[in-house]
Formats: sequence, C-alpha cells, structure tokens
Amino acid sequence: MVQNREFFNRRLHSLLGVVPIGIFLVQHLFINHFAVYGEESFNKAAGFMANLPFVLLLEIFVIYLPLLYHAILGVYIAFTAKNNTKRFSFFRNWMFRLQRLTGIITLVFIVWHVWETRVQVALGNAEVNYSLMEGILSNPIMFWFYIIGVISAVFHLANGLWGFLVSWGITQTPKSQRVATYATLIVFLVVSYLGVRTLIQFAYGV
Amino acid sequence: MAEQQKTVTFIITRQDSPDSEPYEETFEVPYRKNMNVISGLMEIQKNPVNAKGEKTTPVAWDMNCLEEVCGACSMVINGVPRQACAALVDQLEHPIRLEPMSTFPVVRDLVIDRERMFDALKQVKAWIPIDGTHNLGPGPRMPEKKRQWAYELSKCMTCGVCLEACPNVNDKSNFIGPAAISQVRLFNAHPTGEMYASERLEGLMQDGGITGCGNSQNCVQVCPKGIPLTTSIAAMNRATNIQAFKNFFGSDNAH
Repeated sequence: MVQNREFFNRRLHSLLGVVPIGIFLVQHLFINHFAVYGEESFNKAAGFMANLPFVLLLEIFVIYLPLLYHAILGVYIAFTAKNNTKRFSFFRNWMFRLQRLTGIITLVFIVWHVWETRVQVALGNAEVNYSLMEGILSNPIMFWFYIIGVISAVFHLANGLWGFLVSWGITQTPKSQRVATYATLIVFLVVSYLGVRTLIQFAYGV
Repeated sequence: MAEQQKTVTFIITRQDSPDSEPYEETFEVPYRKNMNVISGLMEIQKNPVNAKGEKTTPVAWDMNCLEEVCGACSMVINGVPRQACAALVDQLEHPIRLEPMSTFPVVRDLVIDRERMFDALKQVKAWIPIDGTHNLGPGPRMPEKKRQWAYELSKCMTCGVCLEACPNVNDKSNFIGPAAISQVRLFNAHPTGEMYASERLEGLMQDGGITGCGNSQNCVQVCPKGIPLTTSIAAMNRATNIQAFKNFFGSDNAH
C-alpha cells in the first residue's frame, strides 16, 4: 500500500466523492426541500437531522474528514491539469475542465456556507432554522452566490459519478459510457431542481 | 504552365537547440501534385531559403516509415497533432503551420524526444518474456474474438499524439499517458503475456500510473490508428482495482 500511495489516494478520493460526500449532498438537499412545504416543516426536518445520535461524530466522519480529504487532493488535481479545450473542444474535454472548475467553486462556496451556517451555530451566534436561511438568502448577492454554489456542487457530483463509473472500471464500452452520460445528466437536473427550488423558497417565499 | 508556378507556404516553428527560444520561419515551396508535408520539408532541405529569400539552415524533422505505422514524424500540423507523412498538402488549409508537439522536449526544430513514452512502456513491462534456459514450446492459443480486439490495440506506434492531446500529461504531472495503459491491456490479453499480468498492473499502480487519467477522453478522439484508448483505460481501471484488492486481501490468483 505504501509504495502505491498515489494509486490508493486517488481511488480513495474517487470513492469518498460518492460515498459518503455524494450521498450526503443529496440527503442535504432532500431535507432542505422541506422548506418548500413551509417553515414548520423545514424546522422539523432540520431539527431531526440536528438531533441524530452521535451527531458530531457523524459530522466529522461522514462530512468533514472525507470532504477535507477530497478537497485538498482535488485542488492538487485541478492545478496539475493543463486545460486545452481551446485546441481540443470535445465534449468530454469540456466536462473535464468544468469538473475542475466546479470543484474549486464548490470548495469556496462550502467554506463560506460552513462558516455561516455551522461555525456560527457552534459559536452560539446563530440557530439552524428557517429564518436563518431566509435572512441569508433575502440578500440577492447571497442568493446568486448560493445558486452558483449549489449548481456547481451538483454538477461536480453528477459528472463525478460518471468519472467514478470509469475509474472503478464499471463502464468500459463507449456505449455504456454514453448511457452513463445521460443518466448522470438526469441526476444533475433532478438534484439541481431540489436545491434551486429550496433557495427560491427561502429567498422569495414562493 | 500555371501549375508549375504554384507554391505552398509553410510557417514552421523552429528551435535551434533544446534550450534556445523557438521562432517562426516561413517557406515557399514549389507545389507538386499529391505532395505531403514530408515532401514539402524535403524541398526545404534541398533548398533551405526562407520566404524572404534568405539562406537559412534546413529544417530538421524526424521520419522513418512514411506510411503512418512508425509514429516518428508526429508533429502539430495546423494545430492538430498527427503524422506528417499522412498529411496531404491538398487536404490541408493554407498556409500550413508546422510546430513540434508541445508535450515533449524539442531536440531541434520539429524533432522531439519521446523518451518518456519508452520509459512508460518500461514501467508497465509492455513486453512478453519468452526467453528461458530451455525451449518452452509453443504458447497457448488465443481465442479469435479476443485476437480481433487485441489486434486493434497492437496498432499503437508510440507516436505521442494521445499524450499531446491529454491535459494531464504535462510538466506538472508524471502521468505516463494513454498509450502505455492500452499496451498493458494488449499484453495482458495475450495468453503467454497473461502469466505476467500482475507485474504490468502493478506498473500501472505506481506513481504516474493509471490514476493520472482524468477522463478528458481527448486521446481516443485524436488517435491516428483509432485505438479504443478510453475503453482500454476503463478496462485497466477495473483490472488494477481487482489487483489491488487481491494484493490487500490475498488471493491465489494474484499473479
């Protein structure tokens, strides 16, 4: 294992992006979508998640550590690529470039988002509820920042799923890879809808 | 005749030595029917005078087979990495721009050093050891269906076009590139080569190996021989993962 550190690191990076981070992202957006059914509904769902047993351990091992690992190695990966979409403007080359770009955008967004909605709560300056998010997102600049952040994250997950299927040798033939492109496109659209719909609810109450 | 007056313009990125700065030089070459980029370069070699009428050094380039099977004459022609021998002047946009492939160190003018590709083949042991102290006899037979796809992989000529197109093969990374990965699949498909499958897979699992692939899939788009490089990469992803599990958990079939 030690002599093949790069291999191990990259496979772990690929795995963590889907399990647990990808699963967490989808779950996070599903729970948040309760906001669309009203303030009380959201507070109940968010309260349920916040009161899970071992919540801090769950956060550390399911979210923070995997995310930190994925982010640090991911930034390294993003900056070792020499993008050449200008010379080779193939679809997958664009996806390659966007995967790295959305990764960086998502990282910036997540740092801000964790600071604003988790660190502040831990410091006792805020409480996780509907009005916290309403307060943040009623600012149009923050609304668009969140829109870009959420769509970047979901794109990174959906396209990352496609890459995961290749990296683990599941989709080998061009045909299966093409079908995976369509399948992950559907994932992107559905999960993006959940995220964006919730943001609109918080920002405009509709 | 008007035909004989016609010339072809070549704009060539030149470099006098590995460390000197590149510069562009334009040449007007008399047109001949059915000429290719190599025959244009041969004209320049015969008469090394640039478009301004100044005498200059002949342009250096690499070539060998002249039938797109050796890979030596790869260069960037009008922005596209390809073999100069297979680039027909009549089918190209004019003026024709020639540059050395940027992924590789330039030796001189259009001559590049593809040594990293040969190092990669060594890393993954892309050969079949058959020498012994006694006659080992004929090897096992290969299923015809397998032979058919393996034959496609065997067309690789280490030309370097896939490395030129790959965004992850650059001076910031040590990624060996798509060609060597596909060669592992080829030699592991061979009934005798298969006996050393794990050694090649472990070569792919070393630093700079298969995980350097970021799935931009440019390689399969640009490969002049139409080799299914991305299928090979995915197949070797599966094989290296299985090998890693076998190595870690233990298996009698981990050879």
